[in-house]
Amino acid sequence: MRALDPRLLRRTSAARPLLVLDAALGIATGLAVLAQGTLIALIIARAFAGRGLHALVLELALLGVAFAARGGLAWGMEVAGRRAAWTVLSELRLALVARRLGADPLATDGVEGAELATVAVQGVEALEGYFARYLPQVVLASVVPLLVVAWVMVVDLEAGVIMLLTLPLVPVFMWLIGTYTEERTRERWQALRQLAAHFLDVVRGMPTLRAFGRDGAQAELVAAVSERYRRATMETLRVGFLSGSVLELAATLGVGLVAVSAGVRLAGGGLGLQAGLTVLVLAPELYLPFRRLGAEYHASADGLAVAERLFGLLDAPGAAGASGARIPPSPAEVPVVLENVSFAYPGRPAPVLTGVTLELLPGETVALVGESGAGKSTVAALVLGLLEPDGGRVAIGGIDLRDCDRAAWRRHVAWVPQHPVLLRGTVADNIRLSAPGAAPWQVRTAAALAGADEFIGALPGGYETLVGDGGRALSPGERRRIGLARAFLSEAPLVILDEPTADLDPDSVTTVTRAVRRLGQERTMLVIAHRREVVAAADRVVTLVDGVALTPGERRAA
Amino acid sequence: MSTALPALLRLTGARGWRWALAAILGALTVLFGVGLMATAGYLISRAAERPPILSLMVAIVAVQFFGLGRPALRYLERLWSHDLALRMLGGVRARFCARIAPLAPAELAGYRAGDLLSRLVGDVDALQNLYLRGLGPPLVAVLAGAVAVGAAAAVLPAAGAALAGGLLAGGIGVPALSGSVGVRARRRQAAARGALAAEVIELMRGAPEIVAAGAEVAALDRVRSADRAAVATARRDALAGGIGDGLGIVVTGATVLAVLILAVEASATGRLDRVLIAALALLTIAAFEAVAPVAAAGRELAATVAAGRRVLEVIDREPRVRDPAVPAAPPAPPVTLALEGVTARYPGQERPALRDVSLTLAPGERVALVGPSGAGKTTVVNLLLRFLDPEAGRVTLAGRSLTEYRQSDIRRLIAVAGQESHLFSAGIGANVRLARPQASDAEVERALRLARIWDWVSRLPDGLDTWVGEEGRQLSGGQRQRIILARALLADAPVLVLDEPTAHLDPPTAGQLMTDVFAAAAGKTLLLITHRSEGLDLVDRVMQLPGR
Repeated sequence: MRALDPRLLRRTSAARPLLVLDAALGIATGLAVLAQGTLIALIIARAFAGRGLHALVLELALLGVAFAARGGLAWGMEVAGRRAAWTVLSELRLALVARRLGADPLATDGVEGAELATVAVQGVEALEGYFARYLPQVVLASVVPLLVVAWVMVVDLEAGVIMLLTLPLVPVFMWLIGTYTEERTRERWQALRQLAAHFLDVVRGMPTLRAFGRDGAQAELVAAVSERYRRATMETLRVGFLSGSVLELAATLGVGLVAVSAGVRLAGGGLGLQAGLTVLVLAPELYLPFRRLGAEYHASADGLAVAERLFGLLDAPGAAGASGARIPPSPAEVPVVLENVSFAYPGRPAPVLTGVTLELLPGETVALVGESGAGKSTVAALVLGLLEPDGGRVAIGGIDLRDCDRAAWRRHVAWVPQHPVLLRGTVADNIRLSAPGAAPWQVRTAAALAGADEFIGALPGGYETLVGDGGRALSPGERRRIGLARAFLSEAPLVILDEPTADLDPDSVTTVTRAVRRLGQERTMLVIAHRREVVAAADRVVTLVDGVALTPGERRAA
Repeated sequence: MSTALPALLRLTGARGWRWALAAILGALTVLFGVGLMATAGYLISRAAERPPILSLMVAIVAVQFFGLGRPALRYLERLWSHDLALRMLGGVRARFCARIAPLAPAELAGYRAGDLLSRLVGDVDALQNLYLRGLGPPLVAVLAGAVAVGAAAAVLPAAGAALAGGLLAGGIGVPALSGSVGVRARRRQAAARGALAAEVIELMRGAPEIVAAGAEVAALDRVRSADRAAVATARRDALAGGIGDGLGIVVTGATVLAVLILAVEASATGRLDRVLIAALALLTIAAFEAVAPVAAAGRELAATVAAGRRVLEVIDREPRVRDPAVPAAPPAPPVTLALEGVTARYPGQERPALRDVSLTLAPGERVALVGPSGAGKTTVVNLLLRFLDPEAGRVTLAGRSLTEYRQSDIRRLIAVAGQESHLFSAGIGANVRLARPQASDAEVERALRLARIWDWVSRLPDGLDTWVGEEGRQLSGGQRQRIILARALLADAPVLVLDEPTAHLDPPTAGQLMTDVFAAAAGKTLLLITHRSEGLDLVDRVMQLPGR
């Protein structure tokens, strides 16, 4: 069980000050604990000696202050921890978002937006548990027992020695049993996750099970699998829970030994009542922080898991590489050439492209065809600089794209993906994505050229209709046309279209095909396509097969 | 909360005595801690009066008894309550499965979208915490608290009253206060967090296009400002949110003070033996262990009951499709299936999914059903399988309404390979064999061959045992489709329904696939649902469904 991920200290600004503050509050808490124990013993001993209530007012008032101080300190630690959790997560969140916009826009790390939002926004609960509950306990467990033992040594050396002897038992036994059970506990968690996945799978597949008449036995099957899991888990827990019990045993044994030894010496006259009571009241405080630390173990594990997930994402190498500094020439003047480019997605064994050579001359329209999974969209991402080739290069008029300023290059390229994303905002804002300063008439012209003017006009708010998450839903064909309008508005000399007519109804196909032809008249264009209509408009057709590009007449080398 | 709890307890299927034993073990653990401190306090005070050592033996033995007994009790209590939780998890899952089987898919239509279904399943799994982290701690607090108060009252009635007041404040007042502060804060934060999550999701999803369009700065600014708003609210709320622990300590302190004052006064006036002052004070401190976990349990319980309500809402639905009391004998193939003027609507939907549709599938006939998306093509499949009953008109099998047959008899006659078909997280072979568990390897291979995917499967290192991933995610769309098709072919039913079998396939492969499937299905009735042209030349008849 690691207490702190060093990356939290190194890479976030809030964790280090929190540790310093917690240490200070922890020492103050320890002192309040000593004051509290000593005062309780003092009050009882004096009452025992016959003093009345009026003679103990000051002591009782001081005891009240000690309790209030402990409460206030606990509150302070929790507030500081919660605030730190938010600050830390905010920093990590913005770093992740910035990374997605820089090093890895295509999400080759396989992390979907929704999953990331869950970790990077809702993960704050776990981090709060870690910073506000677990970390303070770590500090208290390292400060309070030391102060208690030191003070007890002063009050009664023998009780102090007993405590010193039992105290190391706790971490030693916890460590011994912990290392023995950790592996198995992890296995059980793994099994639990698999069991949950199996159950979800059965529920999801229930219509299929019913269709094939296999629904009858599922409940018993789920019950049997769960029962088997319960037996195996209880087996592990029988050993696993021993570690908690050893801690408990050390605590009760310590208190008991201190009480009996103090009692015997008191009876023999070797010890005063106040000293005996002081060590007795303080004895449980010695073990309490460890017990609470154990109870907050899950808070620690959950919080560290969130941190680890986020750091794992931040530290993964990006697929887009770093931007160069050279200003690339315009593809209206120079050819764009893929020279023997190979590429493999991280985590997938087989490369998508093994040696693609492809030339886009100024003004021509090239259609790129091939089976699904052949790497057509990968070619588009490589030309855009969203991915960096593993081998070979993308050359702009002879200059390697790696050496070029990425932002400057992307101003030369317009891209219409298969499923254009609508950002929250108006239709006009969405068309203006790459040209935020465009005038309304320019937006309208672009929309008209893309064949989008008509349906936008029919929307209740026209160009001011809100779309995207929470706004009006648009059909795939309408979204495709918004994407085309973006390309018309951008005036970039190179346009990349990904499956512009896939999954569209016949009417939309006609409109979109017309728009594509119009776009290709003025610019260099790379069209990824299935459809005959679109392919027919191309100057050249290139086929991707087994990771290489074939031009017509070429056959696969045997 | 009160109305849902009994139903949830029944759903978990845990027996009453298991609960009671868990609560008693928990209370005894706390009480042994109380006993340890109280007898230790007595021992030391009594020893200060210098009696003969032998007269202290009872107290010494009591201290050791409580000291050694407590860890053992704690161990048993944890084992027992975890065992209970695991039993409840198994019970609730099995009951949930049995109850939703007759509801899927038509009456769970609302749950198909997005991750609603996985959230529902998460809710089911959350019910395992109903005792362990929900009802258990308050039960233990009541039991242990009552005994501790009784013991204190036996020594000094006023001290018992003070302890009772303190435990009530610590066990009910503090959790209620910090709970309501927390709820208000979460409500305030929900909007800010939701907005932030939406911005993050949108940016992550749109990143490639945002980057390609050079719109990074504006996009990042949107996330930044949503982030600032959420962090500012949360930092303010942290002040009130962290109040629980501190207040708990203050309440404990106040109670200890009150008990001390009462005990000192009683001792001074001779109503209390002075050796019992320490015992009372230490008993008070130790008794608060009983209420410490109540606040967290309250939060957990509220969350668990809310999850349970969502589960009950689903499983309390009565399935609309039911077997008749006296089912008709299943017709012998070949059979004719027909929709006669059918209008159908999913439960809770405003518009019918299908309006006045008639369609006959004569034995051996091959019919294509085409139409724009949303025209109700998949609804036709659900009607034929009797996952859904028509609102008007009827669906017939061999001339009799489907409602006259046993559901399983109908489904034995029809094999479906659809877009909604599910691939289980298992091997390719296991997924295909689902249609006919007793099928031999050779038959599975043949089905995969017909679906034109055997060549690929046989070249895989694990062959038929290759794991398809969760919902078949390790496979491409085309591969998934073909395995689903192989499964339907293996079922060897007289009627084969193919719902968009060629989506995700390129035209040449799609064409070949359709030719093979039609050859394989020779003699069978075949319904092909598609919006593409492949296969349309192979059918006897094309039927167009109008768009809505």
